Amino acid sequence: MRNLQTTVPPTAHRASIGALERVAALTTATAVVAYGLSRRNLPGVCLAAAATPLAYRGLSGEWPRVGHDHSSRGITRAALGGRRGVHVRESIRLEKPIDEVYRFWRNLENLPQFMNYLDAVIDLGNGRSRWVAKGPAGTHVKWEAEIINEVENQVIGWQSLPGGDVTTAGSVNFDTARRGRSTQVSVHFQYTPPAGRAGALIATVFGREPSQTVREDLRRLKQLLEAGEFPHATSPDETRKLR
Amino acid sequence: MRAVCYHGKEDVRVETVPDPKILNPRDAIVKITATAICGSDLHIYDGYIPTMEKGDVLGHEFMGEVVEVGRDNNKLRVGDRVVVPFTIACGNCFFCKEQLWSLCDNSNPNAWMLEKITGFSGSALFWYSHMYGGYPGGQAEYARVPFADVGPLRVPTSLSDEQVLFLSDILPTGYMAAENCHIQPGDTVAVWGCGPVGQFAIQSAFLLGAERVIAIDRVPERLALAAAHSRAEVLNYSDVDVAETLRAMTGGQGPDACIDAVGLEAHGTTLDAWYDVAKTSMYMATDRTHALRQAISCCRKGGTVSIPGVYGGLLDKFPLGAAFAKGLTLKMGQTHMHRYMPGLLDRIERGEIDPSFIITHRVTLDDAPKMYRVFRDKRDACIKVVMKPDGRA
Repeated sequence: MRNLQTTVPPTAHRASIGALERVAALTTATAVVAYGLSRRNLPGVCLAAAATPLAYRGLSGEWPRVGHDHSSRGITRAALGGRRGVHVRESIRLEKPIDEVYRFWRNLENLPQFMNYLDAVIDLGNGRSRWVAKGPAGTHVKWEAEIINEVENQVIGWQSLPGGDVTTAGSVNFDTARRGRSTQVSVHFQYTPPAGRAGALIATVFGREPSQTVREDLRRLKQLLEAGEFPHATSPDETRKLR
Repeated sequence: MRAVCYHGKEDVRVETVPDPKILNPRDAIVKITATAICGSDLHIYDGYIPTMEKGDVLGHEFMGEVVEVGRDNNKLRVGDRVVVPFTIACGNCFFCKEQLWSLCDNSNPNAWMLEKITGFSGSALFWYSHMYGGYPGGQAEYARVPFADVGPLRVPTSLSDEQVLFLSDILPTGYMAAENCHIQPGDTVAVWGCGPVGQFAIQSAFLLGAERVIAIDRVPERLALAAAHSRAEVLNYSDVDVAETLRAMTGGQGPDACIDAVGLEAHGTTLDAWYDVAKTSMYMATDRTHALRQAISCCRKGGTVSIPGVYGGLLDKFPLGAAFAKGLTLKMGQTHMHRYMPGLLDRIERGEIDPSFIITHRVTLDDAPKMYRVFRDKRDACIKVVMKPDGRA
């Protein structure tokens, strides 16, 4: 049913620091956070919070970026190329003819029906589209994308255009499976790793486990096209969170 | 409406909860005329099933009258009298098309929970915890039935509620258990557990051509019912050594097929059974596996072990070596309800089976808390409890 592969490549060399320094940074940060929290008062919490950039440097090898993230304003290919970018690969099989599945996806305005974090996709014509996602605290995250590769009933590839809130690219492949009986939809999707404002926004959109988010997207696509409805045990407004 | 709600281990209460509403286009709402307590509800009652919350409406064996249908439901009409299968299936996915209805891809909104435990999720079930979908159950006055254009089976007025109610779970479950044994003429089938599923497995094994059925339990009235109503040969494991006796009864060869209609809360008198009690009571194991171990051990070479009993977790001291050495076939899983219901309804109409013979207690919904305990403790000769939500027990 699925083929899960999430890869987070190592951070680019020029920004990284030595392993020893990272261990030292992480150890120090952990100690400061533990001490701060153990005081159980406001100054203690502030102290713990103050150590988080150090912890981030220990984990990622970089200082957190603040203010505008210039990488999101650059060329998408450069921002996502090589070892930069988080890759998510997920796939699913449906008992629907390939052309029906392809047509449904190619009408990009259908995507918010099964991608819960999208408010809207507006087709601007000529392969361009405007994407509006739910951001933190009622805000919106917006970007424009263009289709860069398209073969009917086989593949759709896209990338975001400079100037948007996020930098992302991806492709979806359509293949027949089980001697033509089933259709397999395979998504390969990239975005800039969480850092700076763009990273924070994209983390809001795709959650902490992007592969799980995409897997649930594909599950909803399957439910919609096969069953014609999404299963609900109780009214969606009163569904209790169970984690 | 009134409904039987879970409040913790050995704590169920009858409470007033909101009436169900149509949520999806293929839904229906059923006014429940008869509902039962299932042996598998006792696993919930005893606290073996994870992802339960206070207030969850229990029950998955029910039938009644359709009082509302969703806009895309072209099969049911208001006023139809239906039996509802306990598994929920969309009818359109690969598994439904392959008649593997209890493995439906699209009915469980909490599939991700089961995927973390079992790799993939089967179909949703009427109330069997949140990981099985969290659909409110049928021990209530009303229930919302999703994909109601696929599951519910219309039943003729010539048959009583008690004759058709068990099409909702235990009759098809006992039948599939026997069918999974690939019974050949002349075969001997041994059945562990003479609860309701065991009783129907015994009857089904005879219907499918078994020459002899040997039933194993320790509760006298259940053994008596198996002997009297289904002409099974019976063994009380408190009195005899099951393995030795089965060997002797089959000329040293062993039964051709063995059915474990007990599941994860088996009792036994052998050392391994007490070992299971000790480990599960200390939360070091999830299931008491004694019946299944014995079934595997007793089955003849090349035979089949069929498992309708429910298992939940990681089994301890599971004799896979014996199963391998003897070339056994193991068959198991939730019942593919939709595959069996129409054929079994025909058999009921023709008089080949009257499932109502297992009912020992007829009560109202308000009696549920007491009856869960009576049924669990096998007191008062209790074999099957049927509740009438309209109060006319």
